[in-house]
Amino acid sequence: MNARTDFAAVGQGAPRRALSRIDPALVSIVLAAAILWFAPVGMGRYGTYVLTLWLVMAIAVMGLNLTLGVAGLKSLAQAAFMGIGAYTVGILTAKAGMSWYPAFAIATLATFAMGIVVGFPALRVRAHYLAFVTLAFTSLVWLVLRNEEWLTGGTFGLSNIPRPTLFGARLDDALSFHRFVVVVTMILTLAIWWLLRSPWGRAFLALRENPVRAASLGVDVRAYTLLAFAIGSAYGGMAGALYAPLVEFIDPSPFAISASFFLLLMVVAGGSGYLFGPFVGALLGVVLPEWLRFTGGLYLIIFAAIVLLLLIACPKGVLGLAEMLWARAARLVRRTP
Amino acid sequence: MNAVAGNAVLEVSGLEKHFGGIKAVRGVSFSVRKGEILGIIGPNGCGKSTLFNCILGQLAPSAGTVRLNGEDVTGLRPSDLNRRGVGRTFQLLQVFPDLTVRENLVLAGQEHHGTMMGRLFGPRDAGLSDAADRMIGFFKLDHLADAKAGGLSYGQQKLLDAAMAFMGGPQIVLLDEPAGGVNLTMLASLKDRLRAMNDELGATFVVIEHNMEFVMSLCTRVIVLAEGKVLAEGTPAEVRADPAVMEAYLGH
Repeated sequence: MNARTDFAAVGQGAPRRALSRIDPALVSIVLAAAILWFAPVGMGRYGTYVLTLWLVMAIAVMGLNLTLGVAGLKSLAQAAFMGIGAYTVGILTAKAGMSWYPAFAIATLATFAMGIVVGFPALRVRAHYLAFVTLAFTSLVWLVLRNEEWLTGGTFGLSNIPRPTLFGARLDDALSFHRFVVVVTMILTLAIWWLLRSPWGRAFLALRENPVRAASLGVDVRAYTLLAFAIGSAYGGMAGALYAPLVEFIDPSPFAISASFFLLLMVVAGGSGYLFGPFVGALLGVVLPEWLRFTGGLYLIIFAAIVLLLLIACPKGVLGLAEMLWARAARLVRRTP
Repeated sequence: MNAVAGNAVLEVSGLEKHFGGIKAVRGVSFSVRKGEILGIIGPNGCGKSTLFNCILGQLAPSAGTVRLNGEDVTGLRPSDLNRRGVGRTFQLLQVFPDLTVRENLVLAGQEHHGTMMGRLFGPRDAGLSDAADRMIGFFKLDHLADAKAGGLSYGQQKLLDAAMAFMGGPQIVLLDEPAGGVNLTMLASLKDRLRAMNDELGATFVVIEHNMEFVMSLCTRVIVLAEGKVLAEGTPAEVRADPAVMEAYLGH
């Protein structure tokens, strides 16, 4: 009798456990990628461009979300890393004739390495002091991009940046490049998802919440701080490496100090520290201005008002608000049998 | 060196800490033997916390050495010191409120084995769920294993805080005012669990406390600090009877 009940319990328990092992976040990532693959059908060239730009910005915001949202390191250097990534790919492909793939790899490694260097001040200073240090780095990079005309083309920028090819096919039209970006974004989102649920994610969170206690538990604060900076910066670099062939022409202006603030805004507005926060934030930052275009000259004022109201209503961003509402709804459902 | 050094887990000798002209710790020496509970007491401002911070790598001592199992560990970074086997708690409660009780314990143990890369690509719980559950059972927090630490009562968080210090399998644990702010019922269970840690698992620890009753009933040996120096040392009964201690501390 007892043995039979035990046996039955195992039989019922096992598949349920297998089901619960599939992470809903993982399903969402793959499903969203499938939807985005087909989304631009009938959208036209410009609509597709905005959609792709949204994903590219989301990659940059994802990186900053790791550095700032998860690990708590207030960096204002993300636009600079995006610029370094974009110019590395621009120079190597348009000027030196290199293929996009090795240029992408070089841009990623270069921004990873620079992220470590810029991360060093974070070992000594935190909060707004760190923000100032990274702000100085951003303006330095912007000055190099603008003034070193022999390398970067200065204010004239770099034009005719080629798009990558895939299995011999050129991804020149908007739709095929969009699909290429969808796949890259999916891979990079999966990587962050894996990172955040691994013991590293726990260590990054400990770093943000209480670095002194984290150190007393053996968490190597130095190594994790530099890694949070390096990985976050590499995401900025990769976003830049996709941005350059997307717009096919780059100049220093999108990588100025104001862009770093804008990326910070997207992290906060989307939901700092949430896996999908960057997508919501980038949607607000990239797509909302497009939707507001019909208002003409008023769009910046309306955009600013929306973001302001949003942050007053939910300081934890859109996803923070969603989580709160979800918890409330769940409580209501539990109360009514 | 001497007879004690052979089985001393922690050995502090001639430790000094000056802040400008102020000498907070003035040549403190003591050792902690394996399996003992050493209490350090003293009036406010006697240098207890500064001494702790110097031993634990939070502050660089002005002079003196700290040895762990005979090895010089003076001035090591807190994270390195912890991975070599020195656990600690803080005076103020330091748990991670957004993590569950089990996750807090996994975090407390995850950096103690394997490599960074191994942790990135290994299991999500770093293989520590069972160890965490055993610790949860030991500290009698079973019903709270999946609760967010921030939702626990103050006393329960204190228990978790202490449990976290033992997760990495430390050689010695330094507890900074474990009884502070804990109600009497919780205090009894905290003392009970710490004693069980010592009796059943042979854990060695040092307790800094204000609560005299707690120290006297828990510790096997007590050191009294006053004005940055060791004033008296002995069993709780000896210390209690020492006239100098009465004068400096208990008399007040």
